[in-house]
Amino acid sequence: MAATETMTLNMGPQHPSTHGVLRLVLELDGEVIVKVTPHIGFLHRGVEKLSEHRTYHQILPLTDRLDYLAPMSNNLGYILTVEKLMAVEVPERAETIRIIMAELTRLESHLVWIACHALDIGAMTVFIYAFRERETVMEIYELISGARMTSNFFRVGGLSQDVPDEFVKKVSDFIDVMPGYLDQYEGLLTTNPIWLKRTVGNGVISAEDAIDIGLTGPALRGSGVDWDLRRDNPYSGYEKYQFKVPTGENCDTFDRYKVRLIEMREACKIVRQALDRLKPGPVLADCPQVCYPPKENVYNSIEGLIHHFKIASEGFAAPEGEVYHGVEAPKGELGFYIVSDGGNKPERLRIRPPSFVNLQAIEQMSVGSMIADLVAVIGTLDIVLGEIDR
Amino acid sequence: MAENNRAVLKLKEKFAASIIEVVEFRGEVTVTVAKDAIIEILSFLKQSLQYNLLTDLTAVDYLGKKEERFMMVYQLYSIPNKDRLRVKTPVTEVACTIPTAIPVWKTANWLEREVFDLFGITFSGHPDLRRILMTDDWVGHPLRKDYPLQGPDREPYKGRLS
Repeated sequence: MAATETMTLNMGPQHPSTHGVLRLVLELDGEVIVKVTPHIGFLHRGVEKLSEHRTYHQILPLTDRLDYLAPMSNNLGYILTVEKLMAVEVPERAETIRIIMAELTRLESHLVWIACHALDIGAMTVFIYAFRERETVMEIYELISGARMTSNFFRVGGLSQDVPDEFVKKVSDFIDVMPGYLDQYEGLLTTNPIWLKRTVGNGVISAEDAIDIGLTGPALRGSGVDWDLRRDNPYSGYEKYQFKVPTGENCDTFDRYKVRLIEMREACKIVRQALDRLKPGPVLADCPQVCYPPKENVYNSIEGLIHHFKIASEGFAAPEGEVYHGVEAPKGELGFYIVSDGGNKPERLRIRPPSFVNLQAIEQMSVGSMIADLVAVIGTLDIVLGEIDR
Repeated sequence: MAENNRAVLKLKEKFAASIIEVVEFRGEVTVTVAKDAIIEILSFLKQSLQYNLLTDLTAVDYLGKKEERFMMVYQLYSIPNKDRLRVKTPVTEVACTIPTAIPVWKTANWLEREVFDLFGITFSGHPDLRRILMTDDWVGHPLRKDYPLQGPDREPYKGRLS
């Protein structure tokens, strides 16, 4: 037999199915992948370095720009870490609204995932449908924060402001219709023979390997590991909500697809329970050393204005110590680790991005398969480069 | 309390000589251990105490604040027991190297590359120690405290106070 040699192919960073600026150097034997070398860092903005030079309140807008498809989840992870460091108690209304927004963010992020994943595999209709529903979530974002993507709505100690009156009806209407839309997507995909051919048996990773390589979130649950931080280490009041944690059996792309779809249905149920729990009340903790004053005080009283000026210019001094807090972001465990030396800026802020660690599994999941299957693996890992490169 | 933590009890039994400090803050337990025993302790924690997930691995630069400049930080999580443990070990600037944790968790691969890239700590035994976020020809390690925020050879930005 004649000797064969492998070919090196460059994929990305400008490539429609690498979901941003991911560059993969592939070593191919024919069309079969022998080796995958990811190159990342094209979007590195030095968020961790910048954070060391900003007060705790000033860091918050930077977190929006990590996983820009799920800004509220990033905000939540960061403020919970700071609140843990400062030992601030958050009022119940603020916690409930945070859960509503975190779950809507999960829906939004998963909608983009299913849209792009389906488009990569060749099902264009789903893309159009999912972006239609995502638009409603963006409108809710705009309604409460004024921005469609980089919302920056949560604050250390609560929320930046209370939600407007239309909020409850708008969210309620949306989660009433959402399960029907999910049926639509399932009708297009779940029994679609092309979809099954492309996803069943693709990107298999066993539970043991998945834990060893550090997968978290839906990617880990797709391999059958029954673990969800919202249920197992509840934060922000998740212990009060009833929801199922779906797991897969076959550890493949199809199971991860099913897991995420069930997660979307469960997110709707959590939002419904949260809307039922929503009672009037304050949305900011009574903790003037740490929190901004309410806006009406800033505009109408000299004390409020001084208070605002002091928090905005100096921030607050945090006690010496170190804390880590992880939240179940749509893509996996998003953790923040803050080391404080007693000043008003962190000595070190470390972001543990789920996508960064999950992307590491790409080689294990795609070697031995075809290039087209690699595209499905990138889709099923659900990565966002803003978070990987920070 | 930190003394009753399941991991701390076992570690004190087996590695008493290597433990430098045990701290509890806001309900989180941090164990600081000596660098020579780090891999042994990490694999003991994984094998015997079911800390099977390496959540995070990073470093902190204490330039001018501590005798040993760097601190390696390992955030462990146990999926069966649902609890966390933080293990730290000091690394000096002179001997800026530490054994790799890849034999214990494969997760460590990229995380150690990132620490190498941004802090300049090398990992002995790492199979693929290249820069990961910065370009290959980059000079310096940006997350070190003596690395200027604006980058090298640039006027410091004076527009904002903080």
